[in-house]
Amino acid sequence: MCSLSEEQKSSQTEDVKVDEQLEDVSGKGLFVSLRVPFLSVFTGLLIGAIIIAVSNAEVVAAWKNLFQDPIGALSLTWITVRDAYVALFEGSFGNPKTIVQAIGVWRDTGETRAVLDALRPISESLVISTPYIFAGLAVALGFRGGLFNIGAEGQLFVGGLASAFIGYAIKGLPAYIHLPLALLAGISAGAIWGAIPGYLKARTGAHEVINTIMMNYIAFRLTDFLLSGPMARPDGLPITPEIAPSAYIPALLPKPVRIHYGFFIALGAAFLVYWFLWKTTSGLEIRMVGANPRAAKYAGVKISKNIVLAMGLSGALAGLAGANQVLGVDHRMVRAFSTGYGFDAIALALLGNSHPVGVVLASLLFGFLRGGAARMQSMAGVPVEIIRIIQGMVIIFVAAPAIIRGLYRLKEFRSEEAVLSRGWGS
Amino acid sequence: MRAAANLEKYHLNRRKIIVSALILLVGIVDLLFFMRGTQGMQSTFVLTSQRAGVEISAPDLVLPTGTTLLVLGIVVIAVAIWNLLRRDERDTLAIAMVSALVIVAFLIWATRGKSLNLTGMLVSSLVRATPIALAAMSGLYSERSGVVNIGIEGMMLIGSFTSVVMASVSGNLFLGVIAGILAGMLFGWLHGVLSIKYRVDQIVSGTGIIILSLGMTSYLQRSVLNLYPELNQPGSVIAAFPIPGLYKIPVIGPLLFNQSPIIYALFILLIVTRILMYQTRWGLRTRSVGEHPKAADTLGINVFRTRYVSVLISGAIAGLAGAYMSIGAAGRFNEGMSAGKGFLGLAAMIFGNWNPGGAFLGALIFGFFDSWQEKLSILQVGIPVDLLGMAPYIATMIVLAGLIGRSRMPAADGQPYKKE
Repeated sequence: MCSLSEEQKSSQTEDVKVDEQLEDVSGKGLFVSLRVPFLSVFTGLLIGAIIIAVSNAEVVAAWKNLFQDPIGALSLTWITVRDAYVALFEGSFGNPKTIVQAIGVWRDTGETRAVLDALRPISESLVISTPYIFAGLAVALGFRGGLFNIGAEGQLFVGGLASAFIGYAIKGLPAYIHLPLALLAGISAGAIWGAIPGYLKARTGAHEVINTIMMNYIAFRLTDFLLSGPMARPDGLPITPEIAPSAYIPALLPKPVRIHYGFFIALGAAFLVYWFLWKTTSGLEIRMVGANPRAAKYAGVKISKNIVLAMGLSGALAGLAGANQVLGVDHRMVRAFSTGYGFDAIALALLGNSHPVGVVLASLLFGFLRGGAARMQSMAGVPVEIIRIIQGMVIIFVAAPAIIRGLYRLKEFRSEEAVLSRGWGS
Repeated sequence: MRAAANLEKYHLNRRKIIVSALILLVGIVDLLFFMRGTQGMQSTFVLTSQRAGVEISAPDLVLPTGTTLLVLGIVVIAVAIWNLLRRDERDTLAIAMVSALVIVAFLIWATRGKSLNLTGMLVSSLVRATPIALAAMSGLYSERSGVVNIGIEGMMLIGSFTSVVMASVSGNLFLGVIAGILAGMLFGWLHGVLSIKYRVDQIVSGTGIIILSLGMTSYLQRSVLNLYPELNQPGSVIAAFPIPGLYKIPVIGPLLFNQSPIIYALFILLIVTRILMYQTRWGLRTRSVGEHPKAADTLGINVFRTRYVSVLISGAIAGLAGAYMSIGAAGRFNEGMSAGKGFLGLAAMIFGNWNPGGAFLGALIFGFFDSWQEKLSILQVGIPVDLLGMAPYIATMIVLAGLIGRSRMPAADGQPYKKE
């Protein structure tokens, strides 16, 4: 640690202020602190609309005839964008009309099939949100400890591998032993994967950013290796055998609705992370090391121990994300079982200000956007990647509230400032 | 007590003894395991290069496998003893030497009774190292001025995309490269505005840029390039440019003097950066802004302008790296084609302790392991390809932990500057 400069000190005092304000978010404070994120999402969607319109050949053609037919051009633009966003909304929440009708049918005849179909979009969105919450919490916990864990993706992979192995290799256990065992396997694998870079940082000072990236690649290679031989299905396909039903995370509703209890485990994990970081001594120590390692050292906090602990816990949460996908959704390990949850998690932690509540909200946002994007692609022909553009915009706007304040002529409010992660996290 | 005093006299400590013992173990493993059954076998290394229809012949390097491994094993053991007796507390040099020796020994063992084109392997190492080295240089410019740029990955993608489209539309590869550089600069400027003007956390801004450019390029590929495939067909890749006279030198010729102009640009960039950063007033100012912006400001250096310039250069180099990936190598744009090379570049930069030479060395190590994995899978050494593929990453971690230890980054790296 080199000597701290003035800017760093002042940024740390800001951190503390933000913490205080986050701890008693109430009434007006909550409204004001949600103002910038809300407007950021709104602006992101607005820019998304422009991109949808500009990349649509028919709209561009209509705009070339703007002076002959201005109303035609504008209305075609409006219809294109509206169709896309209606599809996004229906894909993520479902069609409100269908839901109401289905509930009516259910009340009249007792037929549940229509209700289940109508609830499917919202369930899918929650299914996508679940690994986001775990992985987002993982990165957020790292940030609080002053560590930048880019390795959530790799930790997710080894977590998935370990829980899949316990899931299919052991048979005949009752569910109340098998499922916790499989979850625990995922947690431990992730924790080890996270603790190794933590240990290296604590012992030798090697950057956790580099080492977690390296551990990612090692995890991907390990997955390729295990799925192409030792853990492959007997017929040689690069997927593991299906796990025993006793290791399934139980579904909440009958098929085809896929939502499972993993979502509530995720909410529980969010609460535990909050409790751990703000209500326990260990959590306080981790936050002290994160906020100001030198001060923490003078206060008698063991820095090395806390770095390893924070990285291990962070890895454990990411491993849980992998276990959740394998045990709750796919029921086997596949190479493509994660669509980059671990990388998106960095964005989630930033968007959620590294606070469990913020992470859950951000995960829900990303989950619903991603859930609706598939329908937007099939119904309105807008590639799902538009979601990534909107996500990128939202992150930038949330991080630079000054832009949003300038756009909407808002007054400055202290608690809008984001928690700062520090450089390379050293 | 006396034993401890003796130990001190010889500069011995526990770490040193453990490291030396491990090196000794490596030497014994080499002698006992690798040498088994290699007597009378030969490892043939082909040095003749056949690239782009030009053959530059050189005699094959034929080594008796068993004897060479014996010699290498003895050398490793000698290094262990030397390290133990050396009056220097650090083990870095010994670890580096042994790592290199082990790689050579493994290569000789894997080639026993077969032949391997060594020149081809070196050339492909350099080719694979190039985008990583460019990314590392991109990071270096930005971070020396105190701006962390983890968005390189995204700037590479944007550069790669833009250069393909420009080259396809204009039919001119050079214009494509220029367009890629400009696109990279545009995103560098965006990073600058966010992190310098708005004082956004630089990691956040970089992450935003990665997600944004990944989304933009993938979106545009699906909604535009797939509909108009002619926009993704630059026709050819940038051809290797043989430097007259020099390219005919065996081994060195094909490696250094018959390469893509972008690789020459990389060599020039390395030298220029070295001089610029350490021998000019501009470099001193940039570094001082990265170390202590407030002091630099007091002395009349414009912190904001210095940082903007550095971030723009960083974006330009990242754009060049992107152009190299698409119109310099692949001949088209593919979704997410940077595939972590921007991050590997940052790893190389930290490996090199924010110095051009070291960063290039780090990139070469990545490039070497990348091509070694491919060559070894051709040689069929009996180790699964995927496990061999872990080698570069494990090597990086070992090197970072043992060799470099605590790296020394610019003191103000990652801190927004606020003028008072």
